[in-house]
Amino acid sequence: MKNLFKSNAVIMLVFSAVVLSAPIWADPIGANYPDLLQKFAIFGLFAVGYNILFGLTGYLSFGHAAFLGVGSYAAVWSLKLLTMNVFLGIILATIISGLFALVIGFISLRRSGIYFSILTLAFAQMSYSLAYSVLTPITNGETGLQIAADDPRFLDRLFGITQEGVAIPSTHFFGFDIKSMDGYFGFYFAAVVLIIGFYIALKIFRSPFGLKLKAIKSNQTRMTYTGFNTRPYLLSAFVISGMYAGLAGSIMVAIDPLAGAERMQWTASGEVVLMTILGGVGTLIGPMLGAAIIKYAENIFSALNNTELTQMFNFAPETIQNALVFIVEPFVGKGWHLSLGAMFMLVVIFLPGGVMEGVERILRLFGIGKKKKVVEGDAK
Amino acid sequence: MSSTILEIKGVNKTFGGLHALSDVNLQITEGETHAIIGPNGAGKSTLLNCCIGKLIPDNGSVTFNGRNMIGMPPHEINHAGMVRVFQTPEIFPDLSLIDNLMIPALAKRDGTYSFNPFKSMAKEKAIRDEAMESLAEFGLDKFHDQHAGSISRGDKRRLELAMGLIQHPTLLLLDEPTAGMARHDTNNTIELLKSGKMGEMTKVIIEHDMHVVFSLADRISVLARGHIIATGTPEEIKDDPKVKEAYLGEEQEDE
Amino acid sequence: MDAILIQILNGLDKGAAYALIALGLTLAFGTLGIVNFAHGALFMLGAFCAVVFQKILTISVKVKDESVTLFDAYKEQPYLEIWLGDFGAAIVDWAVPLSIIFAIPVMILIGIAMERGLIKHFYKRTHAEQILVTFGLAIVIQEIIKHFFGANPIPTPAPDIVSGSAAVGAFFGLSDNLVYPWWRLIYIVFAGVVIFAVFAFLKFTTFGMVVRAGMADRETVGLLGINIQKRFTIVFAIAALVAGLAGVMYSPILPPDYYMGMEFLVLSFVVVVVGGMGSLGGAVLAGFLLGILQSFASMNEVKSIIPGIDQIIIYLVAIVVLLVRPRGLLGREGVFED
Repeated sequence: MKNLFKSNAVIMLVFSAVVLSAPIWADPIGANYPDLLQKFAIFGLFAVGYNILFGLTGYLSFGHAAFLGVGSYAAVWSLKLLTMNVFLGIILATIISGLFALVIGFISLRRSGIYFSILTLAFAQMSYSLAYSVLTPITNGETGLQIAADDPRFLDRLFGITQEGVAIPSTHFFGFDIKSMDGYFGFYFAAVVLIIGFYIALKIFRSPFGLKLKAIKSNQTRMTYTGFNTRPYLLSAFVISGMYAGLAGSIMVAIDPLAGAERMQWTASGEVVLMTILGGVGTLIGPMLGAAIIKYAENIFSALNNTELTQMFNFAPETIQNALVFIVEPFVGKGWHLSLGAMFMLVVIFLPGGVMEGVERILRLFGIGKKKKVVEGDAK
Repeated sequence: MSSTILEIKGVNKTFGGLHALSDVNLQITEGETHAIIGPNGAGKSTLLNCCIGKLIPDNGSVTFNGRNMIGMPPHEINHAGMVRVFQTPEIFPDLSLIDNLMIPALAKRDGTYSFNPFKSMAKEKAIRDEAMESLAEFGLDKFHDQHAGSISRGDKRRLELAMGLIQHPTLLLLDEPTAGMARHDTNNTIELLKSGKMGEMTKVIIEHDMHVVFSLADRISVLARGHIIATGTPEEIKDDPKVKEAYLGEEQEDE
Repeated sequence: MDAILIQILNGLDKGAAYALIALGLTLAFGTLGIVNFAHGALFMLGAFCAVVFQKILTISVKVKDESVTLFDAYKEQPYLEIWLGDFGAAIVDWAVPLSIIFAIPVMILIGIAMERGLIKHFYKRTHAEQILVTFGLAIVIQEIIKHFFGANPIPTPAPDIVSGSAAVGAFFGLSDNLVYPWWRLIYIVFAGVVIFAVFAFLKFTTFGMVVRAGMADRETVGLLGINIQKRFTIVFAIAALVAGLAGVMYSPILPPDYYMGMEFLVLSFVVVVVGGMGSLGGAVLAGFLLGILQSFASMNEVKSIIPGIDQIIIYLVAIVVLLVRPRGLLGREGVFED
């Protein structure tokens, strides 16, 4: 059973099956909306990429939302200037966010530890402020960047592709309307990108390159005395994860063609950190899981309101019912962020290894999975 | 007469007015085991750090195999063939023992940087076999898939020796390889350092334990207050009055 | 010349807030080794102390408005005014400065609760984990405040007597038209006093000596042995108090809302890094320096040359400082360097 999961093919098969069948298994838990399913896939992709940096090298970046934002803007511009075919936009967004990450990473990685975190934070806040102010011609400031009917779209015009009878054309992937199939096409599209992204991450995890990144996390000084120049390794990981973020941003745009600066804020970066931690830092599936849990919880929690809570606690006597509603209410609806913050704390305090560690612990309890290693007396 | 492999010439290093090393000259010849001894704070570790690029001496030169080492980053010094084994075991505690050995083996093969994210570790059979062999040599193969952080301190030190050795260095720098070990482990380590490939390798050993020094060293240099006060065979050093005065006197104060 | 004076004052004013927040941050770094992302929330809580205190003072009752004679009109009148007359009205007017008295015990208690309840369990964890757990805490505090006070800024005016502007121009022998709000001047002086008090406390008390010894060499803190836990708690409470006081007094300048802490947090972190982690003097110096730099960057003359510079100047400076002088302006070697 365990050896089976050592094979890439088996993992990919299972993973693809689970992802693509999401509309089926998400139905009973009330998550079968294209909107939400798309979010699973997009944020899953974002977290999988972020994990390549944070999970493998241990470098905590607080600026990855900036790359997601850059990817979004690049994709919208591609839709405006070139073509409504999202393929080109996605490629361009990934490349541009990669270049952006190259510059920021090159500078930030001159420092490590908390200094690195603060440098990335400074860069992200800078990008965010600029997107709101001076860069308004590119970002359209607070309103956000949108497509319009009279955008040039040179490539579309060159090939004479026009969408007749609509004010604002819709995004498509080589002719397939992203919004078709009641939005499910958008989900499957994002899901396929996620599967490809996951496959690349899997390859990286199991490559010599990935092993070296893990070694950097474990003992960076030792790496330099072992003959590795660690900075280019870290920069590669940084750029790769930045490209994943940009890719995720461009998929958001492919599905809903607009981009706003709030996507770049550092609290948005904090969210991807939480997803990664919640699922399990450095594990393959963890970040995906974390993203899904958070987006699912967000969907459930933020939809609840006072009336629904009162109904939910109907079983209890009235005083207790009122008390329960009073306690729970701040956590739901508009107060969803409170739950998010509390979740953040609980995970870091009690389960630093995330859900994956929890699963492992439970498996061990039943005698399945890895046996706890015999720890011999360490003189330290 | 064998050739000089490492030449340290006129090296000075001060820390805020404190002379850690003053005008140190030292030649290590190919094939020898050279011990550097001296009381605490004599500058032994500083000297090693100047060789491997952790510190840059204020002046003087460090030449290794005819190449100037000063200002060279540590990872390039490693590839030049000078490898250091640390006093507190510097390993990768979160990785398995086999990974701990594959990393230095990969360094040897891949150089300071290589981008191969699509190669599969599972297909690196040659590297894995080499690592496994080395683990077996040091009697660590039975823990090969355990986390290195979980093994005993003595095993960690042996693991680190193996990590140094798997890179086939031209010169191995050992920083107190037996510090904190029980007598039994110390003797094992001495045997290990004397036998096989380890025995033939050029080594510089920093050591406190005179038993270890006299069991291993072909030549000994004595460092006191940043100066090399004597260099010679163990017999010469034993009888040197300067050494007795400077070293043995202070040694007792240290204890 | 006038413009320059105004910008310096603006800078000192912003810088005073940065310096006060950064002071507490770096105190917690230096002695406890804690990277506290919830420090901005403490600043915000301080500002809300003023809000709460003002609310308590103005608990009102509906009374007939005697000034309206044509029909029956009602107005809200605080109990204090009813009970104490003009004196009560004066108390209400002075709500913000008076709330310092209220904020001191509250902030100390919050500080102690935070350290005992959460922070102390994270002394031995990695910086990344400290950042994450305090980040979570900041969100929680912020959302609780939002739940009770809403998302809109709540005006907390300064006392009437200082709500006007001071003729600073005349004072410095410049144009008579040059005026500057009294309260902002008071804030600068207040910050100076608090900073002085913190430094004096650290300099002249035994407790302060221990703290400074700890900051100079974290190892020695452990060697001092006795009651180290208690000392840590007190240091953290002081950091919380300083942030809280900074918040109380800032409330007339910037009407408090639940999010204000986050904005100041990021900037204060940058300030701490520029000043040098674990350096108290550095935090204060960098706070004022960056505040002044930022206010000069927001002059129209400057903005017309480099558009948007006011938005990013602090980050830009931080990046340059971190790269050129990684220890920061006054930082010592080896503090938080991995």
